[in-house]
Amino acid sequence: MADLTRLTAAETAARVASGDVSAVEVAQAHLDRIAEVDGKVHAFLHVDAEGALAAAKAVDDRRAKGDRLGPLAGVPLALKDVFTTKGVPTTCGSKILEGWVPPYDATVTAKLREAGVVILGKTNMDEFAMGSSTENSAYGPTHNPWDLTRIPGGSGGGSAAALAAFEAPLAIGTDTGGSIRQPGAVTGTVGVKPTYGGVSRYGLVAFSSSLDQAGPCARTVLDAALLHATIAGHDPKDSTSIDAPVPDVVGAARSGDVRGLRVGVVKEFGGEGYQPGVEQRFREAVELLRELGAEVVEISCPHFTYAMPAYYLIAPSEASSNLARFDAMRYGLRVGDNGDRSAEEVMSLTREAGFGPEVKRRIMLGTYALSSGYYDAYYGQAQKVRTLIARDFDAAFAQVDVLVSPTTPTTAFPIGERADDPMAMYLADLCTIPSNLAGNAAMSLPCGLAPEDGLPVGLQIIAPTMADDRLYKVGAAVEAGFLAKWGAPLLDQAPAL
Amino acid sequence: MSSTTDLMSYEDALASFDPVMGLEVHVELGTNTKMFCGCSTEFGGEPNSQVCPTCLGLPGALPVVNRTAVESAIRIGLALNCDIAEWCRFARKNYFYPDMPKNFQTSQYDEPIAFGGYLDVEVQGKTYRVGIERAHMEEDTGKSTHVGGATGRIHGADYSLLDYNRCGIPLIEIVTKPIEGAGELAPEIAKAYVAELRDLIKALGVSEARMELGQMRCDANLSLRPHGREKFGTRSETKNVNSLRSVERAIRFEIQRHATVLSEGGTIVQETRHFHEDDGTTTSGRVKEEAEDYRYFPEPDLVPVAPSREWVEELRATLPEKPSARRKRLQAEWGVSDFDMQSVVNAGAVDAIVDTVAAGADSDAARKWWLGELARNANERGVEVTALPITPAQVARVAALVKAGELNDKLARQVIEGVLAGEGDPDAVVEKRGLKVVSDEGALGTAIDEAIAAQAGAVAKIQAGNLGPVGALIGAVMKATRGQADAARVRELILEKLGVS
Ligand SMILES: [Zn+2]
Repeated sequence: MADLTRLTAAETAARVASGDVSAVEVAQAHLDRIAEVDGKVHAFLHVDAEGALAAAKAVDDRRAKGDRLGPLAGVPLALKDVFTTKGVPTTCGSKILEGWVPPYDATVTAKLREAGVVILGKTNMDEFAMGSSTENSAYGPTHNPWDLTRIPGGSGGGSAAALAAFEAPLAIGTDTGGSIRQPGAVTGTVGVKPTYGGVSRYGLVAFSSSLDQAGPCARTVLDAALLHATIAGHDPKDSTSIDAPVPDVVGAARSGDVRGLRVGVVKEFGGEGYQPGVEQRFREAVELLRELGAEVVEISCPHFTYAMPAYYLIAPSEASSNLARFDAMRYGLRVGDNGDRSAEEVMSLTREAGFGPEVKRRIMLGTYALSSGYYDAYYGQAQKVRTLIARDFDAAFAQVDVLVSPTTPTTAFPIGERADDPMAMYLADLCTIPSNLAGNAAMSLPCGLAPEDGLPVGLQIIAPTMADDRLYKVGAAVEAGFLAKWGAPLLDQAPAL
Repeated sequence: MSSTTDLMSYEDALASFDPVMGLEVHVELGTNTKMFCGCSTEFGGEPNSQVCPTCLGLPGALPVVNRTAVESAIRIGLALNCDIAEWCRFARKNYFYPDMPKNFQTSQYDEPIAFGGYLDVEVQGKTYRVGIERAHMEEDTGKSTHVGGATGRIHGADYSLLDYNRCGIPLIEIVTKPIEGAGELAPEIAKAYVAELRDLIKALGVSEARMELGQMRCDANLSLRPHGREKFGTRSETKNVNSLRSVERAIRFEIQRHATVLSEGGTIVQETRHFHEDDGTTTSGRVKEEAEDYRYFPEPDLVPVAPSREWVEELRATLPEKPSARRKRLQAEWGVSDFDMQSVVNAGAVDAIVDTVAAGADSDAARKWWLGELARNANERGVEVTALPITPAQVARVAALVKAGELNDKLARQVIEGVLAGEGDPDAVVEKRGLKVVSDEGALGTAIDEAIAAQAGAVAKIQAGNLGPVGALIGAVMKATRGQADAARVRELILEKLGVS
């Protein structure tokens, strides 16, 4: 039998539904693959073999009873460790949550279970999703399957690496400033940040509430669409979730087409700081869009230059408040409780020991930005920039149907290279942050390997709010166009592990 | 300074200074579920039995606004003559405290749901208009119990117990504008304001507003300024003043304390203070060295509240009669003087009397019992009259028994005493204690005949026109009937029998 771990999610689901393979066989094949390669990749923080096999068996039982299975029933998935999972540890990549077993499922988790998706385990991430390399995980970095000495992107490096290492055909990420798209770009996989409010945040441990958005990660555009449709939709438990029908992303992914489509190239994303090979592959992708029948124009979004500073005021401000609850009182780590110390002292010792340097940096930054006397100059000003960026998008989408840019300025950088240089690290999210600030939808998909280092380059497609289907329509066309040129999926070129 | 003996007299304080007050009242709404989750708000559950991921602040959990709470907030705002915001947001008030599991309180900051209103209160026949700055929505915290240590506070405690059942209960905070020009009436105006507000909240049906249960709590800010000065002095904030009487006492004490400090050339420290029910003093709580920085920012987990004007007008149409108008109406219905009506209001017995009348008593009788026997009892116990363990229906039953002549006043007082002692309904107490007026004139006649026969000397004097000894005969009859006869009737019957009437 062909290697079950090389199948797409759509193929896997079809074979499980037809009885060609059992969901248990599929799950076991992936658990074996994890056992084989995850020592090198370290995509997972926690593998729930027992839970995965039980979920797979439940799918097989339902099939045996003659139940109709959903489009992803029996497909394994890697879940970012930022979603609560009842009975399964959830750490957010932080020591402060070490050993915490949530008593409840996130809405995303519950929807996956309901759909018969088999959750293999929880994936590594930058602590509390703060980072672009997964080096900020308290449990050690994840390695890029394309080159184990390099970063897999972040914060969702574990989820992206699991896909690229064929440990799972599907994964879930969260994108606050690019944490789905940038890992997708540097691992040669597909990642989508849906419109803000498109997928429930209930049970997603908050980094920055107004920016956090859960989304699908996969190896193909269609797989991403199937997963998107599974997790999206209104949730009465999340006040910020959109109460409107989910755009037909699966239909769009099955009918990729860019003929007559107006595509805008964001003028501000290129030039200094961009790796030549990244710019080259991006230009080729734009050329492909033209060949496929799109009309391409250059669009200026002048306020995107201010997106980065605005982001680094808003996200840390919200984080400083969201992370206040980790105080050693009710769950997670508790340090120094020797019976003599006050609650306040124990809380301080715990936060000192339990949070890593990047988390502390952002808590301090955010605390400062919100403090009285500085609020207007920092947080208030950043909110104004946010409005201006949304207006830039509005103006752009009055002229074009989608925008495109490189997903991230460079390919995967070596582990350790930017670890001591936060500003350099922050640049990885330069092109992705505007969509988080404005709340609209965006996708990253592979557009080739950079000639100078042979590492994947990502194409970012940006669509207006609630036009998530447009991403899939364009993404599927680009994916098919490249497949025709390359003759095989890009990931086939990745080295064996 | 903690004793009242070092203090300047109240009169002397007012001779030099004008008090300025600000009152912040928190009202727990009587919604079935909490402000941001579906947990029950019922009082008295096992600790931590009414909690969920949201009100425990577990990682990942999110709030959803309780529509009924918003509705209650709007109705309170309208009743306080406020404008209702067309669009407002919740905000996070950030500070660390163990009884607040998120370490921020979801509240409202610069966008309250209601603002710019007033409440008229009546003191000594004069109406004062208290300006309302704002009314905003927020959530209550949990409850911590500090075990060990002398003070019952967190410092020095051996350990602390946390109960999150109250955590997330909807609160409305109502903040007055500075109350100026109250002069010597300041403490009374403060009390009257809180009383009026309580009556209003109860009339709206949004909370029972029982202060003794913490459903309504008052923080009293006070500052003094010398006569003629415009600028406010430094204020103190006395926290959790939890009865009407305490509001009055706390303000009075703080006026005297501030005046004493200021007259001695000292400065008032801006601080929170604790009120002590036992001796009516306040002591220093935590000093606010600089204004506490709560780092407020708009709550990103909630969408703005934007009540439509149609909804607001619908709610305006549901407002009940204003307590002041209702009092005027009741005064007319009961036919009582201003003074008597004020006594009823001061005793906090308006609703009790209304309910007693509704249960069948006439208003005079209802007033008599609630202001007399029951008020005295409440005073002895140090509780509000409505907190006594007797219902208006039970009081109405006592009144009915008196009216029917089955009880005299003395026996009725004993019945009430029995009810308050937990012996059951009035009829049960009458039965158990054997308290019935002996109205069987046959039985009474026998007792009188026996008394007459036994006291020939007294009878002779009476028949000779000296009525003095009648008392002795009545006493004998009352003794024989164990006090259950109507003394006036006994006297009538004796005189009749002796042909002296
Ligand atoms: Zn709850």
